[in-house]
Amino acid sequence: MEKQELIEKINEVLAEEFEKEVEEITPDADIKSTLELDSLSLVDMVALIESEFGVKIKGTEVAEVKTFGALYDFVYSRMNA
Amino acid sequence: MQNRVVITGMGIYSCLGKNLEEVRDSLYTGKSGIIFDPVRKEMGFRSALTAKLDVPDLKKVLSRSQRVYMPEQAKYAYCATVEALQNAGIDQDYLNSHEVGLLYGNDSSAEPTVLAVDKMREKKDTTLCGSGAIFQSMNSTVTMNLGCIFKLRGINLTVSGACASGSHAIGLGALLIQNGLQEMIVCGGAQEVNPFSIGSFDGISAFSIREDEPTRASRPFDRDRDGLVPGGGAATVIIESYESAVRRGAPILAEILSYGFSSNGDHISSPNVEGPSRSLEMAIRRAGIDINEIGYINAHATSTHVGDTNEAKAIYNVFGDRRIEVTSTKSQTGHEMWMAGASEIIYSMLMMKNGFIAANLNFENPDEDSAKLLIPDKRIEKHFDTFLSNSFGFGGTNSTLIVRNL
Repeated sequence: MEKQELIEKINEVLAEEFEKEVEEITPDADIKSTLELDSLSLVDMVALIESEFGVKIKGTEVAEVKTFGALYDFVYSRMNA
Repeated sequence: MQNRVVITGMGIYSCLGKNLEEVRDSLYTGKSGIIFDPVRKEMGFRSALTAKLDVPDLKKVLSRSQRVYMPEQAKYAYCATVEALQNAGIDQDYLNSHEVGLLYGNDSSAEPTVLAVDKMREKKDTTLCGSGAIFQSMNSTVTMNLGCIFKLRGINLTVSGACASGSHAIGLGALLIQNGLQEMIVCGGAQEVNPFSIGSFDGISAFSIREDEPTRASRPFDRDRDGLVPGGGAATVIIESYESAVRRGAPILAEILSYGFSSNGDHISSPNVEGPSRSLEMAIRRAGIDINEIGYINAHATSTHVGDTNEAKAIYNVFGDRRIEVTSTKSQTGHEMWMAGASEIIYSMLMMKNGFIAANLNFENPDEDSAKLLIPDKRIEKHFDTFLSNSFGFGGTNSTLIVRNL
């Protein structure tokens, strides 16, 4: 999957699951505040990325993936590793 | 001095309708909520009969973070509770500024449990169960969800008493109010309807196999009954002290006169006569009324051979040859199990308020014991002001409530 296509897909599934507008999701935006995630719904985001893209974000890695840009890079790199 | 306990609001979501008005009409016309579900047959069920109701879509009503922890029965309970609170004239400001309790009957949450276990087995990764699974799969799921959504701050407890859960919840709530520990409690019962929840129940041959005639399958007290039909949904009643209701100018619908209870101390699935009789006698004794004041008996009768026979014997033991109408609304709804004790209070209330007794559907031929009771097979127009409602459950748990019109 090309990176731009991946980005669009990630935005689409996150917007759908967390009931946000796709336009709210930008590379520099903070994931937790944009999607209004608490410690429980953060689990759902991790599960969603794993089930949709086959990429597991481990507990220690979650803290490093703060923005959507970081998430795109993380998922893209793991998918192409 | 004990407080009087009154009912000031009711709400229901069942196979007979999604609100009080629809359910009242269904009771009046004798509608059956039972269908044949081909999905169950494909799953290997002995009986594919079930009550039919749609899971409400709450997407535009509640936020994702509220919905994600709710299994189907919590959604039914939410709908019933919204209606009951409106009915009682209670808004969120009232709930925010008073200590309102919550006691709800529920005794399973199988579907989210099964789905989470499936996911663990398939993926070997518990994260994939998602955040909702744990909260959806606990027995207390209904009270934990309703307590958070409505921001309730009084007692918050699920009552698991098998098929008497909803009745015990109301009875225990009444005791707390009588003794001044709470002024108002949201009480009720909820029951999931998905196949996972009752597959193992089907497995012990408890269900009717009259699959070619779904609406004739649930036939409490009838000689040719061959088992129960599972149902579900949720029912909520708002109970409060008489003083509280008067103080806030609430519509007072009825008074809970008494709660009787007992345990059979006997077989896990087969009820006896002595245990239920004691529950009935306790309720009548505590109500402090003349037995002749009771104008209607809403029986537990689920359409099983032993259960209906023993309840008929228990009722006859207590009421003798008094000609008081006895019916089981399960002839229309199937057995609403954890919900039944609460929903049947509402069904009886709707009949009491509207001056009729719904037909005991499919009561075509009595057996030796049901012949001793007055069981109308057609709806009758009758004014009554006091009724008694029985609920019995696995393990021999019994609950009886007596309610008077106000």
